[in-house]
Amino acid sequence: MHHLLHNTLYSFFLFFSLDIDSSVQIDPLSLSLSLSLSLSLSHIRSYMAMLLQPRILFAHSRRLRFIPPCCFSPSRSPCAFPASLRAFCVWRDARNRSHHVFLDDNHRPTVIPFARRIGLRFQESGRNRRAKNLSGRRLVSTFATDGLHGERYDVIVVGGGHSGCEAALASARMGASTLLLTLNLDRIAWQPCNPAVGGPAKSQLVHEVDALGGEMGKITDRCYLQKRVLNRSKGPAVWALRAQTDKREYATEMKKVVESTKNLYIREAMVSEVLVGNNDNVEGVRSFFGVNFYAPSVVLTTGTFMNGRIWVGRASLSAGRAGESASQGLTENLRSLGFETGRLKTGTPARVDVRTVDFSKLERQPGDEEVKWFSFDPEAHISREQMCCYLTRTTPETHELIKQNLHETPTYGGWVEATGPRYCPSIEDKIVRFKDKESHQIFLEPEGRTVPELYVQGFSTGLPERLQLALLQTLPGLEKCAMLRPAYAVEYDYLLAHQCNRTLMTKKLEGLFFSGQINGTTGYEEAAAQGLLAGINAAKFSDAKDLVALERESSFVGTLVDDLVTKDIREPYRMLTSRSEHRLLLRSDNADSRLTPLGRTVGLIDDRRWKLFQEKQSRISSEKQRLRTTRISSSDAIAADVAQASEQSITDVVPLAILLKRPHVHYSLLDCHGLGNPELSLEEKECVEIDLKYEGFIIRQQNQLEQMIHRQHRPIPDDLDYYSIKTLSMEAREKLSKIRPINIGQATRVGGVNPADINALLIYLEVQRRQRKDRTIFEASMANPPEESDNMAEQQTIAFMK
Amino acid sequence: MAIRHVLHQAEVHRMRPNFPRNLKLTKLVCGSSKEERAIGVWSTSTSYDTIVAIATPMGNQQGSIAIVRISGPLAVAVVAKYFNSSKKSTSQRQNRWKPKSHFVELGTIVDDAGLIVDEVLVVPMLAPRSYTKEDVIEIQCHGGDVCVRRILHLCLEGGARLAQPGEFTLRAFLNGRMDLSQAESVAQLITAKSIVAAEAALAALQGGLSSFVQAMRKDCLELLAEMDAHLDFEDDIPPLETADVIERINSLCFRVQDSLKTSNRGRLLQSGMQIAIVGRPNVGKSSLLNAWSQSHRAIVTDIAGTTRDIVEAEVVVGGIPVKLLDTAGIRETDNVVEQMGVQRSEAAALGADVVVMVISACDGWTTGDHHIFHKIFSVKNSECAAGVSVTNFTTPWVLVQNKIDQAAEALVPIPDDVKTHFSKFVPTCAIKGIGLHDLEAAVVELVGLGKACSDGRQWAVNQRQAEQLLRARDALERLKESIKQDLPIDFWTIDLREAVIALGQISGDDVSEEVLSNIFSRFCIGK
Repeated sequence: MHHLLHNTLYSFFLFFSLDIDSSVQIDPLSLSLSLSLSLSLSHIRSYMAMLLQPRILFAHSRRLRFIPPCCFSPSRSPCAFPASLRAFCVWRDARNRSHHVFLDDNHRPTVIPFARRIGLRFQESGRNRRAKNLSGRRLVSTFATDGLHGERYDVIVVGGGHSGCEAALASARMGASTLLLTLNLDRIAWQPCNPAVGGPAKSQLVHEVDALGGEMGKITDRCYLQKRVLNRSKGPAVWALRAQTDKREYATEMKKVVESTKNLYIREAMVSEVLVGNNDNVEGVRSFFGVNFYAPSVVLTTGTFMNGRIWVGRASLSAGRAGESASQGLTENLRSLGFETGRLKTGTPARVDVRTVDFSKLERQPGDEEVKWFSFDPEAHISREQMCCYLTRTTPETHELIKQNLHETPTYGGWVEATGPRYCPSIEDKIVRFKDKESHQIFLEPEGRTVPELYVQGFSTGLPERLQLALLQTLPGLEKCAMLRPAYAVEYDYLLAHQCNRTLMTKKLEGLFFSGQINGTTGYEEAAAQGLLAGINAAKFSDAKDLVALERESSFVGTLVDDLVTKDIREPYRMLTSRSEHRLLLRSDNADSRLTPLGRTVGLIDDRRWKLFQEKQSRISSEKQRLRTTRISSSDAIAADVAQASEQSITDVVPLAILLKRPHVHYSLLDCHGLGNPELSLEEKECVEIDLKYEGFIIRQQNQLEQMIHRQHRPIPDDLDYYSIKTLSMEAREKLSKIRPINIGQATRVGGVNPADINALLIYLEVQRRQRKDRTIFEASMANPPEESDNMAEQQTIAFMK
Repeated sequence: MAIRHVLHQAEVHRMRPNFPRNLKLTKLVCGSSKEERAIGVWSTSTSYDTIVAIATPMGNQQGSIAIVRISGPLAVAVVAKYFNSSKKSTSQRQNRWKPKSHFVELGTIVDDAGLIVDEVLVVPMLAPRSYTKEDVIEIQCHGGDVCVRRILHLCLEGGARLAQPGEFTLRAFLNGRMDLSQAESVAQLITAKSIVAAEAALAALQGGLSSFVQAMRKDCLELLAEMDAHLDFEDDIPPLETADVIERINSLCFRVQDSLKTSNRGRLLQSGMQIAIVGRPNVGKSSLLNAWSQSHRAIVTDIAGTTRDIVEAEVVVGGIPVKLLDTAGIRETDNVVEQMGVQRSEAAALGADVVVMVISACDGWTTGDHHIFHKIFSVKNSECAAGVSVTNFTTPWVLVQNKIDQAAEALVPIPDDVKTHFSKFVPTCAIKGIGLHDLEAAVVELVGLGKACSDGRQWAVNQRQAEQLLRARDALERLKESIKQDLPIDFWTIDLREAVIALGQISGDDVSEEVLSNIFSRFCIGK
């Protein structure tokens, strides 16, 4: 009987949908699901009636899915639905957001748009075990779980790496009850590759994470072995703080924080399935051992673990990283939910025993004497004794050995196809690609104060283990070294991140977030930055609040996410300085003034931090004012020094701010002559100096940015059908339909879309806008609307489509 | 249905404001499909529909041949409906007409009733090898209003709609056949008033300007990419040679400056040029005007101060339309009328593109000349310094030594401090017509026409393009300054990026609000 009904309805549906728009599809699975529930003939009738009436509505729909009518019985929805309304189907618009369509007694459809429905979530009645703890917090129920047992949370974070920790901490600190699921509780915040944080562009990410109230910077400032500022000569926007950290200490410290955070629960589990509700929303996750955990928001931060496979030479082993089992089943589950996945490769070099290295042959690389900090919170600054890193170089023997054995490496032997990072090449890649270079720098870096391992940076390789030691021993200083761990490559599944919005929530499933290496990035900092954003948004989503998206030009975090969701990433993505077009505005030193207010708004910056922040900002601005108004004359003592440094004499009475603009004149010179402000910290002085010294450039870049924003922030409608714009090239239509950019700026950054396409798109939008304007004026001037258009539903539909 | 009707009504009244509303409504309700298609289709103006227009002038200027041009996916189908090829094979088979691209076919246009409308030549140009990159067919019929209108009407009935002004060019632009600067030059070509102006527009249309600017932009981008690479991958790439960078920037600056030079020419080509003739009374200004314009526009007497008002005459110099302004002789005078004339002379000299100062070769350089020169020159220069002129173009001065037939020497000595301010010295005898060719040649050279033509670069930039070029040049100058001041490499990228943006706005590689509004003002779509 059911089968028959299904077929009838399905063919009916096709018949009518073809009549309306051939792009309407139906999912037979969900149809039969609804039929297995109480679907009567009258339902079918009203369904058809609804299909026939609001043509416009479905002309734009992508996909139509039934939801069982019983799920929306009025008794379950006390908040706002008129009892006479009955939910009938979910309409997905082009942005894949679901809107509910209800029928009233006269079979007239009413559309409850996505945005409003989010606000109309159903109240849960005392079933949740934490309902009492979270006063004022609405807990969100899911439809299909009646009678099923499982723990309920607001947010579930899958994965305990750098992304997972930031996500879980942010979410818990925002008041959401958060469950962190990890494969191994002893490996929380583990640094499986080089235990180093920061470096070019990555340091900006860490500063920004800290400014938003993240944890990474604080832990690094507590656990560093060595700190250096890189790129000192290249301008303040690219100064990069880099810290070597103690990997054991780092993991321990982060774990302490995770364990001691209120609202945050941790549990060992291998997640193998994402539970999906009837509204294409996420409901929770199921573990490999069959336990269900429920939450309206789920953040996946699985790193290299999804179907991870490590390679040493030709030998391979299923593992997320050396010694830890991979996670199985989740990729297949995500793929069955319609997500597109790919495969990437990355690697880590061998570790050598520090006790077998001849340091007399190595060049020492000490840390900076004057230590800088990642965190803007002075309480997190803990001075430590620094350790030394060492520098060695490859020799002709190294190159010879690699050339002879190239066929033994996965890439050149041809048995691993996944793409590795171009920006972090293996030693064989470097030697093949830069044939002319006789020698490459290799850094030896300690992994901890009590760890005998030395990380051999720049020496990752896919050669078999039997050749690795011989290869290491070709390096000066390592002739007699012992290897503690072999180098290996790891292959893993990732999700093409254009399936996410800029909030990192997936476009397909509401409440599901992807963050970290799963999105195709590489690096702890990139992972942490995404984790923080995903955590914030997961908590906001579970609380039915507006999600947060960072503009590309607001921060490196915003740039990172914009790149991820816009570009078709086929190799591990690393943050680079040159990826940001307006980096002079996105400096490390002003990360707090850019982002801390946002951190405060979302609730991650406490009163103490906020007070510190405000005091700092007022000190900086009053100092700038002071420097602009304090004048010196050529007879002052400082004048001679300034003239000497800048090779220009002072002839007039000039304010200090003007002096600072001169080349080679720094704030320290003011300090020498007692003209500095002793109340300011070193960081604050630096901030003042940069702001004044490069004022002209900053203003120019600001102008460029404003022009760009004016141009690029022209929004593109959610439901734009790119295939109907015939002036776009075919490639552009495909790419734009896939990425669905939210504004012109994002559209220009989509690969395969050329300027002519953007011009065509702009013209199309402009024509539409002008026509809409005319239409509105015309409709307003119509004294008597035609009798056919008095249908309420249709009018509502039109208003909604706009 | 109701909604669709509402929309269509809106379209109708937007497109044809004075169309009788009631009539249209009935038609729409009846669903007269042809009308609906011909009018309502504009709502999706950027998608493919088929447009048709008469490409040759209508009305008074009738030719012996007229052309109807039709473009779009239905072009072939529409023409096939009414076209009977004289080639036997096609007419016998009664099959659909299958045109061969770029092959002219003779045949007849036959209307629905089977009556022959005209004998025509059909020129099919199939996509993408056509002006709009769509299927384009040109029907060449006999001239006069009747034939061409009937053919146009048939095409409209066949499913095409009437093209908006400039819509073929708009499609060419939208379909990537030409970039914005090329599309702009189509209009310039059509409206060109002189051969040189047409040549300049044609040169731009052929992509001379775009490829020149694109090449500069590409070089900037390459340099920018190199600098960016040095920020991230210092160790892996060879170091950046500052001397090399400066050399590349200098070359870029030079090229930008070079194209900026054409801007004055472009302006002159479009709007013409004004030449003011100034000097003391009775040195032969009016004679010069008469001789130059080969007319008797100005009254010439031996009495000093004959010319009181400004006398205009039009000539063509080097392809540019030129307005000559003869002015009152400048001197201290008590006559109220003459005083006003003198004021007007000074004003005319200030507004002119070229100032021709006439002195008498008999008298040599007098204090009166000296006085006039300083009075006008100082005012004119201060205006330039204040940035009134966009292109920093200083008005050239030409010194004409008239009445050489009466002078003892060929060239009278001029004080050195004055001499440097004149770009050219031309001896003439206006009454006998001596030296006028030299004068024209001097003017042509001064406004940059001769030079541009000689190096083969015929295009000229317009106002919009000149502004962006100026922006690019300033950015490059700042960049050089930054390098000189030893600022870190990251700062170099800021000004270089500015130059890239500016250049991109000329070629249309970078989309700007201005470009967009330009398109809409030019093609009047969606109004």
